[in-house]
Amino acid sequence: MATTTSPVSSPDEHRICVFQARGITKVYHVGEVDVHALRGVDLDLFEGEFLVLLGPSGSGKSTLLNILGGLDVPTSGTVRYQDHDLTRYDEAALTRYRREHVGFVFQFYNLIPSLTARENVALVTDISRDPMDPVEALRLVGLGERLDHFPSQLSGGEQQRVAIARAVAKRPQVLLCDEPTGALDVHTGIVVLEAIERVNRELGTATAVITHNAVIASIADRVVSLSDGRIASERRNESKMPARRLEW
Amino acid sequence: MILTALNRKLVRDLLGMKGQVLAIALVMASGIATFILSAATLDSLEGTMNAYYDAHRFADVFARLKRAPRSVAERLGEIPGVSEAATRVVVDVNLDVEGLAEPGSGRLISVPEHREPRVNGFYLRAGRFIEPGRRGEVLVNEAFAKAHGLHPGDTVRAIINGRRDTLRIVGIALSPEYVYQIRPGDILPDDKRFGVFWMSERELAPAYDMEGAFNDVSLVLMPGANEAEVIRRLDDLLAPYGGLGAFGRADHPSHQFVLNELRELRGMTVIAPTIFLLVAAFLLNVVLTRLITTQREQIAALKAFGYSNGQVGRHYLLMVLVIAVIGAALGTGLGAWMGRGLAEMYTRFFHFPILEFSLHPRVVVLAVGISVGSGVLGTLSAVRTAGRLPPAEAMRPEPPADFRPTILERLGLQRLVSPAARTILRELERRPIKAAISVFGIAMAAAILVVGSFMKDAIDCVLELQFGRAQRQALTVTLNEPGHGRALREMEHLSGVLAAEPFRAIPARLRSGHRHRLVAVTALREDAQLFRIMDLNGRVIAPEGDGLYLSAKLGELLGVRAGDRVTMEVLEGERPVAEIEVARLIDDFAGLSAYMRLGAAHRLMREEGRVSGAYLAVDQAQISRLYTDLKNRPAVAGVAIKTATIESFNAIIAENLLRIRLSNIIFATIIAFGVVYNSARISLAERSRELATLRVIGFTRGEVSAILLGELAVLTLLAVPLGLALGYTLSAAVILSVDTELFRIPLVVDRSTYGFAAVVVFVAALISGLIVRRRIDHLDLIEVLKSRA
Ligand SMILES: Nc1ncnc2c1ncn2[C@@H]1O[C@H](COP(=O)(O)OP(=O)(O)O)[C@@H](O)[C@H]1O
Ligand SMILES: [Mg+2]
Repeated sequence: MATTTSPVSSPDEHRICVFQARGITKVYHVGEVDVHALRGVDLDLFEGEFLVLLGPSGSGKSTLLNILGGLDVPTSGTVRYQDHDLTRYDEAALTRYRREHVGFVFQFYNLIPSLTARENVALVTDISRDPMDPVEALRLVGLGERLDHFPSQLSGGEQQRVAIARAVAKRPQVLLCDEPTGALDVHTGIVVLEAIERVNRELGTATAVITHNAVIASIADRVVSLSDGRIASERRNESKMPARRLEW
Repeated sequence: MILTALNRKLVRDLLGMKGQVLAIALVMASGIATFILSAATLDSLEGTMNAYYDAHRFADVFARLKRAPRSVAERLGEIPGVSEAATRVVVDVNLDVEGLAEPGSGRLISVPEHREPRVNGFYLRAGRFIEPGRRGEVLVNEAFAKAHGLHPGDTVRAIINGRRDTLRIVGIALSPEYVYQIRPGDILPDDKRFGVFWMSERELAPAYDMEGAFNDVSLVLMPGANEAEVIRRLDDLLAPYGGLGAFGRADHPSHQFVLNELRELRGMTVIAPTIFLLVAAFLLNVVLTRLITTQREQIAALKAFGYSNGQVGRHYLLMVLVIAVIGAALGTGLGAWMGRGLAEMYTRFFHFPILEFSLHPRVVVLAVGISVGSGVLGTLSAVRTAGRLPPAEAMRPEPPADFRPTILERLGLQRLVSPAARTILRELERRPIKAAISVFGIAMAAAILVVGSFMKDAIDCVLELQFGRAQRQALTVTLNEPGHGRALREMEHLSGVLAAEPFRAIPARLRSGHRHRLVAVTALREDAQLFRIMDLNGRVIAPEGDGLYLSAKLGELLGVRAGDRVTMEVLEGERPVAEIEVARLIDDFAGLSAYMRLGAAHRLMREEGRVSGAYLAVDQAQISRLYTDLKNRPAVAGVAIKTATIESFNAIIAENLLRIRLSNIIFATIIAFGVVYNSARISLAERSRELATLRVIGFTRGEVSAILLGELAVLTLLAVPLGLALGYTLSAAVILSVDTELFRIPLVVDRSTYGFAAVVVFVAALISGLIVRRRIDHLDLIEVLKSRA
């Protein structure tokens, strides 16, 4: 990959690249029509970086994140994770990759309703190599007191924080969050973002957060805007704003 | 680690649908129970039978004859393949038992003193063996002793060779020859009126002029001996001595009955469990498919966290396994418990010294294997779907269901039905396969109810035909020796006899090519009114000409049809052999019967007016005097009483039928309930959001329930007629399996049986509906609307 150039110049060149996606396209075939969800995307994510992916609904954000996280494969292009070419991975290798390296947070939390907060986290620690204690992970997101509550007994924001605890408990190299505040009000959204921010800061986990809410972009190191399956713009925040000072 | 978070999910998911889990497990348990019940009973019966036969040396080949000198006995042992030959004197006598108005029949069998005979021995339950030199000592078979409360020391009176004699009971015994104890010529056991006695040969032989002679042969064969050849040689050897035709175990009346029962049990191990397990597998499939659809996003999340396809698939498979194991455990317990009951019933029915109920681990392992196997097979595709669900796609909510206007709407008839009815129709039309599967499941329940109950209808019909219309005589009197017309006239003149009709029974072997059968050809007067030949459709057949009228089953066994000729080798008198045309085959219900016209029989036998006995119509007011008269007539060998036959039938068969019917009803109810309840719960789960929305916008509980319960009602209404038809078809299949030499059953299903099946299914549907209705009433509107799925 020595020949490819980084889309963003300067300060990143000496930093270690977690993801390096090049020429990613994704075409869905829906009946007779082809839906071009991604039309050639190049993207890097660096160690410890906090990236926000911004874009209107349908612009291909989730598709891109799913490909990075090994939930989906691109139609063409390559994705390197550290030294590995994810696009060459088979199903089993992708599963192993997700299990060992990736933490996911979804818009609708996707907690297992029949499991308590602690058990939802344990679901992940059960199968990872060097996990945190589920209790520790829940404390990290400020839920040390609600360990034995079922999802139905938690508010949306609390559920999303359980989801974050679940994502980080395995000590992943990357944390991928798809509209984590999409279903939440401002206040709880901020609490959730704070939790993500804290994980990024304290554990140094490379973090990519998807949102269609431009306000949230200000807490990122870097903001990439997607539009119609292409990267429309990219900017670096000179100074990050802490999540707790956000308003929308 | 067993209690991983994933396994906790499994436990909680199962608990969350415990009603459905239980319903399915119960259906499975029903299948497993019937399997265990019949397999274990089969094992127990077979094991007991073989051990019993071995221990008491039940013979392989049997023959009766008129009389042969002892010198012939030595030549029996020389037949190749015979390992041991035993000869005896066996005579049938009239009994005069206290407490029994009518004469009973006794069979006296000669035995050595002091010990059990070497062949066809007996098991001594109580008392002792016969001691030499003491007059009148006998052993009696247990069933007769029980029926009359007889104990060692008690006495019974018998007419032995015309002389009234007292038999002193010294022991109670059971014999492998009388596991199923039935009087020759009867089709049902009658323990009260038929007893078997073992008596010292030294005492019995002289009374019948049989000293140094015998009239009964039993052979034990060497392993691998050619039975057919032995039978042929034995027949040749005994022919000059009035041999009545030798036969193997397969034609031994007692053994044949036991085998018949074993065959039915074997059928039961396959048919019933298959139906139950199919239904269970289908229910599991429906429930699991539904569960996996609901848990799409949970599955996606698991995969996103790095659970592999295999792990996810195994997770759902494990659910199936848990349900299957619960079902197998319940079923095994239930089956063992019911099996014990059945074994007890058989001990009463069959006279084994002990019938030990044994449940082999092999059977249990097989049962668990079958239930797990059927569960897995039923859900494999659903589990695969879960395993293969692509995670990224699963994360996206399911596309909205694709509704189209129903036929009704396309025809512009929507105004005719209410909005609720329209919703129901749309749902049914949108998912016809799901609806069809539910309909089929409910129909299966109705079908099982029909199959489980129709037997009673069929047997009622047979009883009515057999005893109400075909056999209208009250008594059948058999003479010791075929007598002349005088005997008949004598009987006609006994007080209390209203009418008497003679019959001639001729022991014969019917032969066609290499196939042959021993039968008693019954010759009747063409104008017979008391005993009439009748087929299963109630048609009376009057014998004409010189031809033979055979049970269709006998025709099948001989490979002959009406118009064919068979060779009739008479085994009595001058033993004529004749080629006789088969006049007609009769679809009748029991045994292998052969009839001919009395006149034709007389010509064949070159005899005039001889009769073997008579059918009597009697005046019930004078019956006890008539009984006394008959008891004291040495010429009378036996009296069969129709009401007694019906009584013993009711006592034995009816009880068994009732028991089987009850368990069928329970199982079918479980199936009906399981299917209906599951369909309702799944519809509720799938549509709770829609229903909650309707409630939120102002529909009443009743209106909302009507949508769901209406759908259920439509499914049930469609299913019931289908199930009744299916039940009729399955009944026909069952009838084929009952089609044996011993019994045939007509395909008769009463309207009341259909009605009963329909009512049970409707009630099960109603109860399921009420349970679901309660759930609809408690629908948490907020919760349902909040969750996305
Ligand atoms: N599995 C799929 N099948 C068909 N089309 C899809 C699928 N997933 C995404 N799309 C389409 O791809 C485009 C991008 O979707 P997505 O990545 O979810 O956008 P975003 O997350 O930015 O809202 C949309 O037009 C969407 O409809
Ligand atoms: Mg999206």
